[in-house]
Amino acid sequence: MELIELHDIFKTYYLGEIAVPVLKGVSLKVAKGELVALMGASGSGKSTLMNILGCLDRPTSGEYWLDGQEVSHLSADQRALLRNQKLGFVFQNFNLLPRTNALENVAMPLSYTSDHLSDREARRRAAEMLQRVGLGDRLHHEPSQLSGGQQQRVAIARALINRPSLVFADEPTGNLDSHTSEDVLAMFQQLNEEEGITIMLVTHDPQVAKHARHIIQIHDGVIVDDVSSGSGNFAEARSEKAFSTSDRGHNP
Amino acid sequence: MNAYRAIKTAMTGLRRNPMRAMLTTLGIVIGVGAVIAMMEIGQGSSSAIQKSITSMGANVLLVVPGTATSGGVTFGAGSRTTLTPEDGEAILRDCPAVRTTAPIVRARTQVVYGNRNWVPSTMLGTTSAFLDVRDWTNLAEGEPFSDRDVLNANKVCLLGQTLVKELFQGESPIGKEIRIKNVLFRVVGVLSAKGANMMGSDQDDILLAPWTTVKYRVTGSTLTTANQSTSSGSSDSVNTLSNVYPGGQPELYPERSAAQAANNPMPVRFANIDQILVSARSAEEIPAAIQQITEVLRERHRIQQGEPEDFTIRDMTEMTKTLTSTTTLMTNLLLCVAMISLVVGGVGIMNIMLVSVTERTREIGLRMAVGARARDILRQFLIEAVALCLVGGAMGILLGHGGSYLVWVFLRWPVETSPLAIAAAVLVSAGVGIAFGFYPAWKASRLDPIEALRYE
Repeated sequence: MELIELHDIFKTYYLGEIAVPVLKGVSLKVAKGELVALMGASGSGKSTLMNILGCLDRPTSGEYWLDGQEVSHLSADQRALLRNQKLGFVFQNFNLLPRTNALENVAMPLSYTSDHLSDREARRRAAEMLQRVGLGDRLHHEPSQLSGGQQQRVAIARALINRPSLVFADEPTGNLDSHTSEDVLAMFQQLNEEEGITIMLVTHDPQVAKHARHIIQIHDGVIVDDVSSGSGNFAEARSEKAFSTSDRGHNP
Repeated sequence: MNAYRAIKTAMTGLRRNPMRAMLTTLGIVIGVGAVIAMMEIGQGSSSAIQKSITSMGANVLLVVPGTATSGGVTFGAGSRTTLTPEDGEAILRDCPAVRTTAPIVRARTQVVYGNRNWVPSTMLGTTSAFLDVRDWTNLAEGEPFSDRDVLNANKVCLLGQTLVKELFQGESPIGKEIRIKNVLFRVVGVLSAKGANMMGSDQDDILLAPWTTVKYRVTGSTLTTANQSTSSGSSDSVNTLSNVYPGGQPELYPERSAAQAANNPMPVRFANIDQILVSARSAEEIPAAIQQITEVLRERHRIQQGEPEDFTIRDMTEMTKTLTSTTTLMTNLLLCVAMISLVVGGVGIMNIMLVSVTERTREIGLRMAVGARARDILRQFLIEAVALCLVGGAMGILLGHGGSYLVWVFLRWPVETSPLAIAAAVLVSAGVGIAFGFYPAWKASRLDPIEALRYE
């Protein structure tokens, strides 16, 4: 079953009177439990695509089915709710709240959930998430007291707190050294394999992309390559099926 | 997002930068502090001013008898003799808006001490309540005469400063005896100096004595001096003091025999007085007092519905107006100052909140990305602004109250704690928080999450 299904997505920005097409008919499918890499050079439209996939932005035209729901026409508030419930974000620059300890940083998205958790419950869950990313002994450290890799792991814990079905990682290793990068990517792989969380890595770095078994290449607003190389885990089996009707190179 | 969590989020936001939060509130602290201090000091001065205007007689009412008429000729206000001391007591008893009353009997005659003499411009027979009504209870010397003196028509008197100067020339008059119409009066007290009144007449040129004494021992009968039309000569015949003591006027008509009196009984009238001085509880209660006095006197004088009253009530409209306008002016002035300082404080809050929104653009973007709706962001920043204002308001109240207390301690200016000002300060500071916090909060909520996340 597909988690993400894009049909003929167009996105055009208007700078005054000039129309700037950024996405020119993108169609793709991602199955549940996949680890996907979205690759492309800067200016290729990969950020725009990620924004649309992450329900931060709406396409100019086209259909976007997320988990069986058509989301391209939702209002801003509905999209906020959707992001809260189903999506997690990890950013290149971590985006942690300054002067706020790891526990509160991780618990922050819980403030916006519709089911009102008690403070105690929220903290317990945040602590549990931090345990899972290996920061069980850093609960009360502030971002300034943590290394880059640790900060990114706090951000990952934050992305996971609402048990999302899909996590976006926008250049998650862009600010990290190669050794730490490996750690973080290994963590994504582990989360994907052990917990079955669908993860989308957005990157321009082939070294990062090679951790994924499903790689989507975007160039000048169209998908130029969409390959799944398998190493036979359960995600693999699903993606095989998912991409039998691959819409690669849907050139306008 | 529930309210508790919203408040907690906002508080966490503020705690992250306590120095800035403190500086931001400073405007409100000073604003509210100034308001509270101004209100307290201002109200103190205002009531001091009110009190001094009141002491000039702003809440005094004068009840005078109505006009007498004879053959179409009216004789002017006060020419009838319809008021009795009992009227005064009834007014005091039955009118809740009345603080005190004093009967007045007027006289004008020569006062002699040793080889000097003087005719005081005001010679009043009254009770000791007169001093209370005129706010004159601080005597320069001696004691006021008592109610017992009034009952016994004792020959005691109080002198004004002018009289003391004219008659005694620096001597202390206490215990000395002066002669009024050949009646010896012992001076028991000297009034404090009051100076001229608004009309320029000397208020210190006064002699006060028990009204019974003045009426029965000095003027003899007011009926003969009041006017001729109502004089029957009999209304004072109940007491014979005027015959016993010199100064009584000769009877105009031959004394009636017992048979005549039995055949043609005259209505028995007890002592009548010239005026009743009434003090209302406050200047605001004057209309109520007038109404109540009218009712009481109409009933006592058995005046039918629709018949004209046989008395007139005068109030000090001019003074009351001055009093009201002074108070209003004072209040408005304070309000203006208060508003200006609060607006300045509010602008400060808005300024810092705008900076804060800009500075925290990334945070806003992040919160939006993890599911905060526009109204969650709006609420967060609004609560921050209101919280700053309320905390500032609370500190301002303490500061202002402390300030006015210090003013009282060191300068002895009159201050008055004003619960109204405190309540207003709390409301206004919350209002300022909402009013000036709204624009930055609205701006924050309008941010595009993508732009905000990318903001450096």
